[in-house]
Amino acid sequence: MIRPVLEVIDLCKSFPVRSPFGRLTGEVKAVNNVSFSIGRGKVYGLAGESGSGKSTIARMIMGLTPPTSGDILLDGEDIGSTGGSPAHRRKVQMVFQNPGSSLNPRRSVSQSITVPLHANGLPRADRARRVTELLDMVQLPASYAERYPHELSGGQKQRVAIARALAVAPKLLVLDEPTSALDVSVQAKVIDLLVDLGRQLDLTFLFISHDLSLMRNFAEKVGVLYLGSLVETGRTSVVFENPRHDYTRLLLASVPVVSAEEEAMRPRIPLIDGEIPTAEQLLALRKAGGGEA
Amino acid sequence: MAHLSELAAEPQRLSNAYQNWYRFSRNPSAVIGTAIVIICILTAIFAPLITPYPEHVGAVVNFRERHLPPSADYWFGTDNVGRDIFTRVVFGMRISLLLALVVLATAVPVGTVLGLLAGYYGGWVEIVIMRFTDIALAIPGLVMVMAVAAVLSPDLLTSMIAIAALWWTWHARLIYSITRQTRVQDYIEAAETLGASKFHILFREILPNCVSALAVKTSLDAGFVILIGSTLSFLGLGIQPPTPDLGTMVASGAAFLPSYWWESVLPGCAILFVSLGFNLLGDGLRDMFDVEDVR
Ligand SMILES: Nc1ncnc2c1ncn2[C@@H]1O[C@H](COP(=O)(O)OP(=O)(O)OP(=O)(O)O)[C@@H](O)[C@H]1O
Ligand SMILES: [Mg+2]
Repeated sequence: MIRPVLEVIDLCKSFPVRSPFGRLTGEVKAVNNVSFSIGRGKVYGLAGESGSGKSTIARMIMGLTPPTSGDILLDGEDIGSTGGSPAHRRKVQMVFQNPGSSLNPRRSVSQSITVPLHANGLPRADRARRVTELLDMVQLPASYAERYPHELSGGQKQRVAIARALAVAPKLLVLDEPTSALDVSVQAKVIDLLVDLGRQLDLTFLFISHDLSLMRNFAEKVGVLYLGSLVETGRTSVVFENPRHDYTRLLLASVPVVSAEEEAMRPRIPLIDGEIPTAEQLLALRKAGGGEA
Repeated sequence: MAHLSELAAEPQRLSNAYQNWYRFSRNPSAVIGTAIVIICILTAIFAPLITPYPEHVGAVVNFRERHLPPSADYWFGTDNVGRDIFTRVVFGMRISLLLALVVLATAVPVGTVLGLLAGYYGGWVEIVIMRFTDIALAIPGLVMVMAVAAVLSPDLLTSMIAIAALWWTWHARLIYSITRQTRVQDYIEAAETLGASKFHILFREILPNCVSALAVKTSLDAGFVILIGSTLSFLGLGIQPPTPDLGTMVASGAAFLPSYWWESVLPGCAILFVSLGFNLLGDGLRDMFDVEDVR
């Protein structure tokens, strides 16, 4: 049997909750016993509402936050000890949720893309050529190397962020809502690009999104995250045709979103004092005719 | 080719530097401030060439020409021992600017590095640095400067040490708060996951975000440092005669007010002129960079 590129086993993460005076008053379980694995060259979609723990999982895989318990295996190796090491970084890279804030506004495109090249010890003389190569991969002209982020559109910024993540030729790319900040037409282009790149470079993707509809044509398997737990996981077609959990049904009920008007009409989840409502409450809301009444 | 359509919609690209320069040059306070600062710096550099009586810098005595009002021979008049006040003001400007230069050239880098470290690392590094800064800030500025100046013998070097010992705290605070805001940005985390060194993150990712605020603050500070230096020597704790210092001149001229007003008023105007120049320049830079919260 071929080893999966990424295996996540019983992953948990809780954050301490402190009173305004710094006293420990409890903890939030942001991620609760999550397990899944991704085979080589596959796309795994992780869906869930805001606050369900998606970014926290991504950050743990990147070695940015240590898990409270559980294991993360990359190529069969536990990252517990190697998290954040050069070897770890060469295997997995990440594209952040918001392209507006993942590029330093004071640094040009080529300066941003050079960071991983420098860290990886690429000789100075080869860097410019490699930057051009990477820009070409994400279909941006070489002249964009001298631009600053404020001179780029949202889609172009995200392409730069993808180029930067690909600079070290990772096997696994973690995409944390790579398109949620973009409008629908640009979203489709960026996803096409990712699919192309995945094929060309034999990449494995962990694709994170709050929007389940995005995953239908893109991911082989999906997992649905709800309040930190995976409530549903399986092949995409099976989950879409035969969702078992109420919460998945709720997410699917809002698919597909066609226009901004429809997006605006989608039921908003009323947040009471930061509490996330339960799936039952949400279903009741929808039956009652949706939306904030 | 997906990118061609995106390219076509691209507006004409203006260089950053040019846009900044355009905004700067349309800003009256920036232009006036720059002009004043340049005039002061040039007169300071070329002081021996443009002053009519460069020998009046020292302990020259010429009692026949004492207390002369401003005239074609003595543009700013003469003092109580008959020295040309214009000459002494120009050389005094030189010393004031030197003081500002040395103080800021030590205080700004020290404050910046400490602010970066405290803001980025947090934890005990932050506690140690920022508590130290708070203590330094809690001491009334002039009192601290006077204490240092009183312990060491009062001269130019002591003034520099005393003011610099105090001044870094303001820069540390400023850079600390910017670093705190910058540290949590995704691009810092991105740089970390890409394997950038701490040095790179501090000085290549965070520092560029501080540069505009630093420029504004440093320019405003130059004016204040000059004022404090003059205050020190006015109180007799700074530069000692016969070295020409604007504060000393105001103090010794004050004894002959109001009859020989030029002996204190004109050096006083010179202090005002140079610190006003730096303040206008700072305000202009603030408008150009659109930074808030700097003093
Ligand atoms: N550093 C932290 N300290 C305390 N709580 C945290 C921290 N990071 C995340 N959390 C909490 O963990 C939960 C999950 O957060 P996370 O950012 O993973 O959500 P998400 O699914 O990525 O949401 P979004 O779609 O809004 O990005 C939230 O309740 C959040 O408040
Ligand atoms: Mg998130």
